[in-house]
Amino acid sequence: MEYFQQQFITLFGAEWGAMLYAFASNMTFIFAIVIPLLLGVAYLTFAERKIIAYMQIRVGPNRVTFFGIPWLRGWGQPIADAVKAIMKEIVIPTGANKFLFVLAPVLAIMPALAAWAVIPFSPELVLADINAGLLYILAMTSMGIYGIIIAGWASNSKYAFLGAMRSAAQVVSYELAMGFALVCVLMMSQSLNLGDIVNGQQGGSFLNWYLIPLFPMFLVYLISGVAETNRAPFDVAEGESEIVAGFHVDYSGMAFTVFFLAEYSNMILVATLTSIMFLGGWLPPIDMAPFTMIPGFVWLLLKIAFILFLFLWFRATFPRYRYDQIMRLGWKVFIPITLIWIVLLGAIMQLPESIRNTFPLSIWF
Amino acid sequence: MSFQDIIFYTFSAILIASALGVITVRNPVNSALLLVLSFVTCAGLWLLLEAEFLAIALVLVYVGAVMVLFLFVVMMLDINLDRLREGFWKWFPFGALIALVMVVEISMVLMGKYFGLEEMPIPRPHEADYSNTRELGRLIYTEYVYAFELAAVLLLVAMVAAIALTLRHREDKKSTDPAKQVQVKKEDRLRMVSMQAEKKE
Repeated sequence: MEYFQQQFITLFGAEWGAMLYAFASNMTFIFAIVIPLLLGVAYLTFAERKIIAYMQIRVGPNRVTFFGIPWLRGWGQPIADAVKAIMKEIVIPTGANKFLFVLAPVLAIMPALAAWAVIPFSPELVLADINAGLLYILAMTSMGIYGIIIAGWASNSKYAFLGAMRSAAQVVSYELAMGFALVCVLMMSQSLNLGDIVNGQQGGSFLNWYLIPLFPMFLVYLISGVAETNRAPFDVAEGESEIVAGFHVDYSGMAFTVFFLAEYSNMILVATLTSIMFLGGWLPPIDMAPFTMIPGFVWLLLKIAFILFLFLWFRATFPRYRYDQIMRLGWKVFIPITLIWIVLLGAIMQLPESIRNTFPLSIWF
Repeated sequence: MSFQDIIFYTFSAILIASALGVITVRNPVNSALLLVLSFVTCAGLWLLLEAEFLAIALVLVYVGAVMVLFLFVVMMLDINLDRLREGFWKWFPFGALIALVMVVEISMVLMGKYFGLEEMPIPRPHEADYSNTRELGRLIYTEYVYAFELAAVLLLVAMVAAIALTLRHREDKKSTDPAKQVQVKKEDRLRMVSMQAEKKE
């Protein structure tokens, strides 16, 4: 690394060399995050089809394989799907606003990828170690809605517009509950830096994770995350049986696939954030010999995979919510719960030192 | 010209162009989206000033929530542009006067003694672990706590007033109570009748 930095400085001068070196190294890091992420998305779709198939006593995709290897049957499916999507024609409806129609998928995927900049994968491995990491995440996830609204409007179709309207109302309401749940995490860790939030959960075992003192917030965050990503049972924005496919009904080929990628990378993002905020990020469940030998990155991946499994499990289990029930859950159930919990947490944090140091509270405060 | 200057001038150019677009573009949806663009570039400029909390709060509140609802409304309204442009020249002198007053006011502040280079030197760069958010929180909740709480109460009053003004109580409205709906059991809705199979004629 030092060597490359020197090379840049000798080539481009002190100021520009350092700047260009930072640019080049950041670009390398960004590709190192985005390419595995997109592969992860591809195989998440495969996992979804397989897991839901087994839950419904079917087999799922079991044909496409690599080089004719029999025990890899089905594993080529996501690659085949991607190739198919690239080959398809992108049809732009005549009545559509062409510029916004093309811009919408870009706006959908941009925040889904940009939010990954501040995610810490292990104590050292983070692209941008900024102090306001949590705020940045909230800002980025709140921008994801534009892709959906613009897609719905630019398609110039009733179904797409209805889907966009539903999704806009839903995402804006659940964002509040999500933000309040994160305020609790912020109060516990007293930092907005995601690395510090994980470090705040350090201690002997999984009892120190924020999962236990903030268990209701964990549930609120997880369920709001499902609603925020427009996944079943909150997928009224797509609602196949009601409004065909919702906001992306007029999209085809790669433009549709970009929406698909954005939805799944948002799912992985919510799963990662849940693992970091509530499940201790890269920390092992028990700080002892067999668990600490596994690197932290692997623990983080295992936790993400578990939360993603929950997402798929929800989809296979629950019927779709009715629209007014979704709104009721967000505004009348989740937001009061989070507000009460914030007050309660604040009260506990202001208790005298002697009470906070007694047994159950001493673990977390 | 350093790297920061290039970023500053690029962002400023985009900001001015998009702000002009907001008031000149004919389509209201495009105009709202250009306003979003100007908010985002403005946040970028604030980041250059090391005001990261304000920059992110701008994106979070205005881009993430306010403008979404704005777009929501603009998309559903069928705005007739010709009617909006009616009487443009009739009101033009009035608007121009207000604009002039605003320009004079702004220039009185900017050109006065408070904003000279001597009064407002370039802020010194802070350490990497300096947290803007922490400093802002400390100021809001200690020195300016009454002003802050007052502003919060004002916003709450405005919100309650807006809801109270638009909420109409109608006698003939049919509403459902989801809490009762989810408690319904199979026995309440479904009656099983066992009867003899009818013979085929």
